Amino acid sequence: MNAPRLMLVLLLVGCFTLAARLVPTGLPADGTRRGADSVAALLLGEGRRLFANHLFVKADVYMHSGYYPTIFDHAQLHGGANSTRTQAATGTGQDTDQGFLGPPRDWLDRFGRNFYVTTHSHLGDDEEHCEHCRNKAKSAPAEPGHEHHDGEAASGDVREILPWLRLSAMLDPQNVETYTVAAYWLRSHLKRPEEAEKFLREGWRENPDSYEILFELGRVTSEVRHDDARARNLWELALRKWDQKNRGAVDPDLPLRRLLLGSLARLEERAGNLAKAIGYFELLKSISPAPETVQKQIDELRAKR
Amino acid sequence: MNAVGPLACVVIKELYRRKDFYVLFVLTALISVLMGGMNFFNTQNIARYIKEICLALIWISSLVIAIGTAARQLPAERESRTIFPLLAKPVTRADVIAGKFTGCWLACGLCLVVFYVLFGVLSAARSPELNWLQIAQALVLHWFMLGMLVAMTLLGSVVFAAPSSNGTICLIVTAGMLLLGRHLNKVALQLTEPGQSIVYAVYFVLPHFELFDVRDMVVHSAPLIAAGPFLLALVYAGVYVAVFLLGAWLVFRRQMLN
Repeated sequence: MNAPRLMLVLLLVGCFTLAARLVPTGLPADGTRRGADSVAALLLGEGRRLFANHLFVKADVYMHSGYYPTIFDHAQLHGGANSTRTQAATGTGQDTDQGFLGPPRDWLDRFGRNFYVTTHSHLGDDEEHCEHCRNKAKSAPAEPGHEHHDGEAASGDVREILPWLRLSAMLDPQNVETYTVAAYWLRSHLKRPEEAEKFLREGWRENPDSYEILFELGRVTSEVRHDDARARNLWELALRKWDQKNRGAVDPDLPLRRLLLGSLARLEERAGNLAKAIGYFELLKSISPAPETVQKQIDELRAKR
Repeated sequence: MNAVGPLACVVIKELYRRKDFYVLFVLTALISVLMGGMNFFNTQNIARYIKEICLALIWISSLVIAIGTAARQLPAERESRTIFPLLAKPVTRADVIAGKFTGCWLACGLCLVVFYVLFGVLSAARSPELNWLQIAQALVLHWFMLGMLVAMTLLGSVVFAAPSSNGTICLIVTAGMLLLGRHLNKVALQLTEPGQSIVYAVYFVLPHFELFDVRDMVVHSAPLIAAGPFLLALVYAGVYVAVFLLGAWLVFRRQMLN
């Protein structure tokens, strides 16, 4: 065997030795590895989180039908108020006409705007902005050429964001936001609570300490399944997990705690446990940006007792 | 100029004899079909992601085919010394450049038609409301962009020593323009002089390949591009093709071939 071939064999042996040395150190201490980790993590390593984040942003790009700022635009669409994640967190979106493109800077810029998306629209806008469809007044006369949307078909456009969220979760199963955002859209717009619950449970298996997933799971259970007993268990567990994670934190996740306490208070109010409901409202008052509104609700409950 | 047709035919025949296109086509089809077969939350009729993936693969494949085909034309003729009998016939060096360009551009066009038919079929299988006119617009713009790229690569093949270096440089310039071309003016405006003027000059001088990339409009079902801007874009591409071919001819006509 000549020298180059021997060198090649030596390099291969070196690679194998190094791989045999490094791979076991990458495994968890108990020797087990989670299913989602195996292929993506082995091929891409930590770089998969970058791809996952890119795919998560892609879902937002689709939400805005391709009208989306780049890193060169130094602007966020609506300051983030209409991003998929913000809508998922607050349950609402808001319309603004603020454009990030600004006026054309030169003739080439003006000409180039004919070749990419420059109008702002959201997936599912047809249904939300069409009064005729929103009111579901199918008996009302429709304009010529206007077609009624039927549940699935109308808000169905939102389904286009789902592949990117699913792929993002496959690449980075530890990104909790992917599960909560996907579950929000599945539950509220696509009317697929069973799929939302399945995905959230998958996320919970990957992130057992996530109070965000537990909160969203409670939402599905309470709002869709109307199973208050299970929703209470989930939200109480979420509250405990929140305490574990945020106690003593410099910047605690207060918005989610507010949502949790508010949901629990309303659930107890519905169940007739007014004392517990008042207790939750008291906790909410201490962290609410509008304590007087919460106090009013407490007073109303006290009057009922 | 009678020699341009036969020269172009030779290039087209070369394309279908080589395996590059078949491999790229099968890969594109395979990846698109596999991705299309994925199940996302048991939801049917999800179409846009598959359009995006398929178009991205088509663009990558077309860039590889265009640069690969154009970069090896003149160096291969010189290496095999077939350039001497070719030029011994009543064929001028301008004919050679024009023939090679026409052949490469038509060959790219043929590949694009096959790729876009695949794209149309895959998209139609997912969403019946397919805008064929928009796909045709995207195809024509893509083809003219490849015309600019082929002409630029031919210029590179008479300037750079090896086809590999030419191909690499052309690929980097093309990828750079596709990714950053639209934003160069924004970058320039944030710089101080003389950096601002230099970057702005580069912005105006380099061919804007990204103008011809209307994938987002196809994927998100944006309205059709108006006839005026569409035709102007084709003229823009034509001007750059003429400039690159003129440059290639000016270098090639005085070049020593042995």
